[in-house]
Amino acid sequence: MSEPNKYETVVGLEVHVELHTNSKIFCGCSTAFGAPPNTHTCPICLGHPGVLPVLNRQAVEYAMKAAMAINCQIADVSKFDRKNYFYPDSPKAYQISQYDQPIGENGWIDIEVNGETKRIGITRLHLEEDAGKLTHVDGGYASLVDFNRVGTPLIEIVSEPDIRTPEEAKAYLEKLKAIMQYCDVSDVKMEEGSLRCDANISLRPYGQKEFGTRAELKNMNSFRGVQRGLEYEQFRQAEILDSGGEVVQETRRFDDTLGKSFSMRGKEEAHDYRYFPDPDLVRLHISEEWKESIRSTIPELPDARKARYTADYSLPSYDAEVITSSKKLADFFEESLSYTKDAKAVSNWIMGDLLGYLNANGQEITDVKITGQGLGEMIGLLEKGTISGKIAKTVFKAMLETGKLPQQIVEEQGLVQISDEGAILSIVNQIVEANPQSVEDYRAGKEKAIGFLVGQIMKETKGKANPALVNKLLLERLK
Amino acid sequence: MSITTKDVEHVANLARLELSDSEKSQFTEQLNAILKYAEKLNSLDTDNVEPTSHVLPITNVMREDEERPSLPIEKVLLNAPDEEDGQIKVPAVLE
Repeated sequence: MSEPNKYETVVGLEVHVELHTNSKIFCGCSTAFGAPPNTHTCPICLGHPGVLPVLNRQAVEYAMKAAMAINCQIADVSKFDRKNYFYPDSPKAYQISQYDQPIGENGWIDIEVNGETKRIGITRLHLEEDAGKLTHVDGGYASLVDFNRVGTPLIEIVSEPDIRTPEEAKAYLEKLKAIMQYCDVSDVKMEEGSLRCDANISLRPYGQKEFGTRAELKNMNSFRGVQRGLEYEQFRQAEILDSGGEVVQETRRFDDTLGKSFSMRGKEEAHDYRYFPDPDLVRLHISEEWKESIRSTIPELPDARKARYTADYSLPSYDAEVITSSKKLADFFEESLSYTKDAKAVSNWIMGDLLGYLNANGQEITDVKITGQGLGEMIGLLEKGTISGKIAKTVFKAMLETGKLPQQIVEEQGLVQISDEGAILSIVNQIVEANPQSVEDYRAGKEKAIGFLVGQIMKETKGKANPALVNKLLLERLK
Repeated sequence: MSITTKDVEHVANLARLELSDSEKSQFTEQLNAILKYAEKLNSLDTDNVEPTSHVLPITNVMREDEERPSLPIEKVLLNAPDEEDGQIKVPAVLE
């Protein structure tokens, strides 16, 4: 085992994001996910001879919008190139991509790890077409090809090697995902492949300027998987370096189930892609006017919202970061605030009960029925004392599952807090009489016995008794 | 600039072509002849000509993001060497 902090890890990420246009980047076929195989194909995306690809304007504008949102400079002149390789997922034997004149260059995003903000540089953002999908069959001797995904517009976002830990890599991906989601250019669902990530990782002794030999890590299917894959690779490379060996520059596949990476052999020459300008596609001139018209469509981004939440609502930085990491969650937070003034309470319910429930069930805010109005109004009922904190938990769960408003749930389930002194006193008397031993214990100085009695009273009232009143009346009764 | 047999072997490998020795020398010769022909362009004075990636003086040809009908699956599969459940079946390429 290598001693900690001996090596510095250097990571750069390549992220592919599918743009959610209606049609493909160079033809009119649908980009919808989940259609029967090969039913969204035509002579253009199948690469038949003699066809002419025509660029989808929306794809270009989404790419410009995404590039601006990550602070890239937008090219004045951009063009498309052919990247040549033979693999059954590519019917033309080349992919239309961008080589030396990408849509955007020299951008950055800020990430927050352990309470510290760090800026990660973006080398470039370019536009390209996606490849098809292969399923290996017959014990690995044959492959089935589905070309539906061929030609789906993609942006590839390449980071600078500024990332130093697996946690930073995860934070970078989460921020990138949030920005793309806010910009509404992609569904950014890693499980559906609309966001994919490859990582370049190398180690070097602290203080050394030159980078070590890097490995390219592929096939990481979740943010957690990226973090785990990099942690494993860090460990693997440190062991090689410690034993005096040399890291081989290669592509490695991460197996999430085994938690290990494996060498993908036979690709040494595959990197000779022989790029050349695509003669079927003319150049793109991006005028200042066009740029400004796109820039004006960029909404408030996560960092700006976060700054607003900490300044206007005094939310802790961490809470604001978590809530703004998803646009839907941030929108939910703001909707709640139309129904209550207590932002801190809304934030606490989101950070605690809501995210606890979503994480436990592997769900997102859009998978549950609760509305911002529901949460806001529930906090109002708590403030008025109509319901207790305990009942609120029950109401909250019912809102998650039914989407009903709190007032309705309270009425339907008879959850209104009992604040009538007479009603509570009769239950207090009943419990005190039924538990002489506890009463005696309490009077003998065992303070804890009172907790048992309170518990019995709350149980008797199904948690509806006003806790403050119960305490007050019970103490009086026991004097 | 001239092409060697080694270059031909490299390109053939990238293109997944298997060439005999006589083909290799034949293509080396032919490719060199083509390059030599293209070298005639060097005799032109291009000092005042802007470099371009395209011969047409046209830019920004784009279509609107509208769906159009795809090809019927029977036609898609007409060129497939083999098929299974609507998918094109090919020999596996191992990574």
